[in-house]
Amino acid sequence: MGSHPIGPAAGSGAAVDFTEVQQTEQFRELRKRHRSFVFPMAVFFLLWYFAYVLLADYAHEFMATPVFGNINIGIILGLLQFVSTFAITMWYVSYANRRLDPIAAELRHELEEAAPEAFIDPAGDKK
Amino acid sequence: MSILPSAAVRVPLQTAETTTVGSPLLNIAIFGLFVAITLVIVLRASRNNKTAADYYAAGRSFTGGQNGTAIAGDYLSAASFLGIVGAIAINGYDGFLYSIGFLVAWLVALLLVAELLRNTGKFTMADVLSFRLKQRPVRIAAAITTLAVCFFYLLAQMAGAGGLVSLLLGIDDRLGQSVVITVVGVLMIMYVLIGGMKGTTWVQIIKACLLIAGAFIMTVWVLALHGFNLSTLLGAAIETSGNAAITSPGLQYGVSATTRLDFLSLALALVLGTAALPHVLMRFYTVPTAKEARRSVVWAIWLIGAFYLFTLVLGYGASALIGADRIKAAPGGVNSAAPLLAYELGGSILLGLISAVAFATILAVVAGLTITAAASFAHDIYASVIRKGKVNPDGEVKVARRTVIVIGLLSIAGGIGAQGQNVAFLVALAFAVAASANLPTILYSLFWRKFNTQGAIWSMYGGLGSAILLIALSPVVSGGATSMIKGADFSVFPLSNPGIVSIPLAFFLGWLGTVLSRTEEDPMKQAEMEVRSLTGVGAEKATDH
Repeated sequence: MGSHPIGPAAGSGAAVDFTEVQQTEQFRELRKRHRSFVFPMAVFFLLWYFAYVLLADYAHEFMATPVFGNINIGIILGLLQFVSTFAITMWYVSYANRRLDPIAAELRHELEEAAPEAFIDPAGDKK
Repeated sequence: MSILPSAAVRVPLQTAETTTVGSPLLNIAIFGLFVAITLVIVLRASRNNKTAADYYAAGRSFTGGQNGTAIAGDYLSAASFLGIVGAIAINGYDGFLYSIGFLVAWLVALLLVAELLRNTGKFTMADVLSFRLKQRPVRIAAAITTLAVCFFYLLAQMAGAGGLVSLLLGIDDRLGQSVVITVVGVLMIMYVLIGGMKGTTWVQIIKACLLIAGAFIMTVWVLALHGFNLSTLLGAAIETSGNAAITSPGLQYGVSATTRLDFLSLALALVLGTAALPHVLMRFYTVPTAKEARRSVVWAIWLIGAFYLFTLVLGYGASALIGADRIKAAPGGVNSAAPLLAYELGGSILLGLISAVAFATILAVVAGLTITAAASFAHDIYASVIRKGKVNPDGEVKVARRTVIVIGLLSIAGGIGAQGQNVAFLVALAFAVAASANLPTILYSLFWRKFNTQGAIWSMYGGLGSAILLIALSPVVSGGATSMIKGADFSVFPLSNPGIVSIPLAFFLGWLGTVLSRTEEDPMKQAEMEVRSLTGVGAEKATDH
């Protein structure tokens, strides 16, 4: 099988039982932390983006309301899309660094120690 | 709108010739210099191309910062630079809407796709999609959608190349433009053949730096002319255009109920397309870990966001300093706004620099697309399907190199056919195809445990087929003033972007195919994919030399 260097069938008894890992407290916690951040955040930014798009599409008068000088609500909301994108990016990075990476690294090391032969650098056989 | 009279009045900037601005020789010299420098770098980078991981994934040796810059280089195509500046200059606010969609879309990649994909795949998108499903059918489908998206995107870039040359070299006949498209295609084939992913990545990094620096300088310049006050700049744009509506939405898409719906369709395709573009996804394999993949996206978001802010200023700057009528009348049309603005600001030299950057942009993006398409064909179709995995990596890379030549020739032919289309618009079609054909399957296979092969097949072929069919039946292809096929009208579908129909349809088909399927997928594989995607265990590391 050229595509997956390791798979359930490839191991010779020492292969990792991933279904077992999937059920561990630690992994479930990692999955919960990941999903409880990315799903609500994805819903939020998509709603905010489409709210903006619908305003731009169907509320021209409102978007053209001047705020100061020639700057109108449309320009401000558009620039706020940039601001929210940058803010969510930084928020996610800090969350991932604090709440996801440590637990993921711990799990990875445990797995690699438990079955080192299953995780030899797969690029090795490509040379 | 009376384009011709006002153009005739306002063109006195060029007295001798009306078709060219600046000095064609200077433009060619600067571009030639870029090609020479990058070729040397590509040659040096290619010395270490030994394995398949080297050729497709640059040995996974790039840092997050380098890869993020390369992603920006890959993403900020001619469509972003020429197309968006032109769209803002002519349609005002509606052009700005493109950039917002292009940027916000990166959050989908950051939150839902990049890291998980880096952890589970190897070289191509199909690696991830076929991870826990039936290899053969899923890989074939994923490779076909990859090739289709790359083809649309290539068309856009090649059409951009043609438009640019007509402006810069004064070549506005079809034959001349076709020759230039051929030259661009041949150069690109050379880069990719020699340099592989490593060489291509370096070309993209250099190009991204030049492009962002060039746009930054022009932005500061335009702002300086207007007292560093956005409001003053907008005022000047309103004055030149004589239309206060250019600072608010609606000029292009507010015309009728159909155009409004079309815009909604476009917005959907833009925001969901990015995280499904195969050439962007493939870039995540060039870094050693998922953490670096995350860093790449963060870099990319900052660079791309900054760039789109620049294009806002440049678009309104072109609108204020040059005027929509003169842009439309120039050879290259809408796409010539940025080069014309460069000429207005800094004369022949700035124009030469900016157009060399725009050329480089096209070249680099085309190279990135080509290597993606070639990798997909060689790795997914040739090695995994035709040879059933019984092929040595050298053989695979050999096939990839041959595919590069074929794709290069195809894109030259396609680019010659697509001359004169707005490039931002063509790219939007590629986004719609990507969002319909790829994104549902990517998300389902990463996040939905029950998802199975039938769901993937239905979603990918259904999304791809419906998107392409709707484009074929849309005013883009026939029945409109700017349609590809003139003199025929079979445009049954009124929208020019298919996303609003094809994207929900593909999500629905993925669900329907899954629940109607009687075969269950291997739960072990699902567990393995989920554990690997979140922890990165067993993911491919960097190769050392």
